[in-house]
Amino acid sequence: MEVVWDNRAEVAQAFGYTIALFVVAGVLSLLLGTLLAAFRVGPVGVLAKATAVWVTMVRNTPLLIMLIFFRIAGPKVGIQFNWIDLTVGDFRINNIFAACAAGLTVYTSAFVCEAIRAGINAVPVGQAEAARAIGLPFSGVMRQVVLPQAVRASLPPLASVQIALLKNTTVAGALGVFEAFARMSDLTNDHAPDRVAIFVSFALIFVVLVSVVSFATHRLERSWKVAR
Amino acid sequence: MTSVLFDVTGPKARARHRIYTVLGTLVVVGILAFFVYRLAASDQFEYRKWEPFVSPVYLEALFVDGLLETLKMAFSAIVAAVVFGALFGIGKLSDHAWVRWPCWLVVEFWRAVPVLLVMILVFFAWGIDRGESGAYWSVVVALTVYNGAVLAEVFRAGVLAVPSGQAEAAYALGMRKTQVMMSIQLPQGVKIMLPAIISQCVVALKDTSLGYAVAAPGLTIVGRQIYTDPDFGGNQVPTVIVLAAIYIVVNLLLTALATWIQKRFVGEKRIEVTAVGTTTPVL
Repeated sequence: MEVVWDNRAEVAQAFGYTIALFVVAGVLSLLLGTLLAAFRVGPVGVLAKATAVWVTMVRNTPLLIMLIFFRIAGPKVGIQFNWIDLTVGDFRINNIFAACAAGLTVYTSAFVCEAIRAGINAVPVGQAEAARAIGLPFSGVMRQVVLPQAVRASLPPLASVQIALLKNTTVAGALGVFEAFARMSDLTNDHAPDRVAIFVSFALIFVVLVSVVSFATHRLERSWKVAR
Repeated sequence: MTSVLFDVTGPKARARHRIYTVLGTLVVVGILAFFVYRLAASDQFEYRKWEPFVSPVYLEALFVDGLLETLKMAFSAIVAAVVFGALFGIGKLSDHAWVRWPCWLVVEFWRAVPVLLVMILVFFAWGIDRGESGAYWSVVVALTVYNGAVLAEVFRAGVLAVPSGQAEAAYALGMRKTQVMMSIQLPQGVKIMLPAIISQCVVALKDTSLGYAVAAPGLTIVGRQIYTDPDFGGNQVPTVIVLAAIYIVVNLLLTALATWIQKRFVGEKRIEVTAVGTTTPVL
């Protein structure tokens, strides 16, 4: 454990990058995923089919391939993030970070889309029919009957998607972002005899981070719960 | 037909949807055309760049050193993970607290730790001096503990999904606990779990690509060898497209198998299985 403690500044910075990737990709994937889900369940057949094909393709592609596309193949066809270069304190948000965040966003948004769709499908048709029968307009049916139930139903799968994203940020470490996985690999290389202690410390920090996300979503679920 | 979201459309809505359909088609075709244009403008259709994916020598490398290794790795990992999952999943159902709690701890720990961290630990601690097979088994071990932990939850939920009357009847016949589990609960539970186990195979197969981090044999490493070879003029884009296509096809075949098994053996039991899906990580 001493090695990790002695290098606490580097370790803290590494987890800073992990959390930054998680927050950026998490927020963007929720936005993009909601948009995809809107097309996917919408009334326009062409868009629904195109989104379905896209989501199936992305879901069955390994994340590593997706990140290689944005990091290594993208620049060849003009997908570049060189215009991003921010320095916030000790953190440098450069093109490598942005490319990995973009890959994580595109990958995760497909799963977000499926989670939201599952939530909408969980609402019984009778609910919408009853709402129409009492004379609510489309906006009222959506706002007061369908969406409140759909959002609650899609919260648990969305939470597991976001937890998976938190763990998936480590893949960015294999492609040049100096986050937790890259730092652990570095420390293990330099301090071979302590490798188990290093692994256990990093693993436990991940356990804590995952628990925080899962606790937060449980709280949200409880506070949104309606007595039926 | 009514859906949750829309009522039956009237003439006005139908006219509106026709306009949206035309616009939507234009947008989709436009995006595809732009993508093809970008590929053409950056010379991605050069023969040189696609040569490794059409000439038999390289195709053999791609499928034998790449796909076959990847499939072997995924298969070893999933077989070991099923054993791991069965042990710890049933352990979590034990009547003895001293068995239940350690199993719970092991499952929760390995589920929360990213696969890559485990992979790099096994690689540095054991695999580094053993060349390619060291890297290979590092990937297998890492995938085993992670997928095993997820499958433990699947096993637990599958056994719990068997109607409780089955176990009660077995106890009434005088069976022992082990007998009830092995000859009554597990055989019926496995049928319910099969689709979930096969979807986990898709996850394991996708995660074998992470072997890239320890240079394990498989599709991603063959891909890297191809796109770093100057003879092909830096064909990163074609390589990524081909690799992704291979993974997508294999995964869709696995998914089709899961759907078929679902229909053939499980039928309407799906509700319990999706309930498993929500308590275990999906990716």
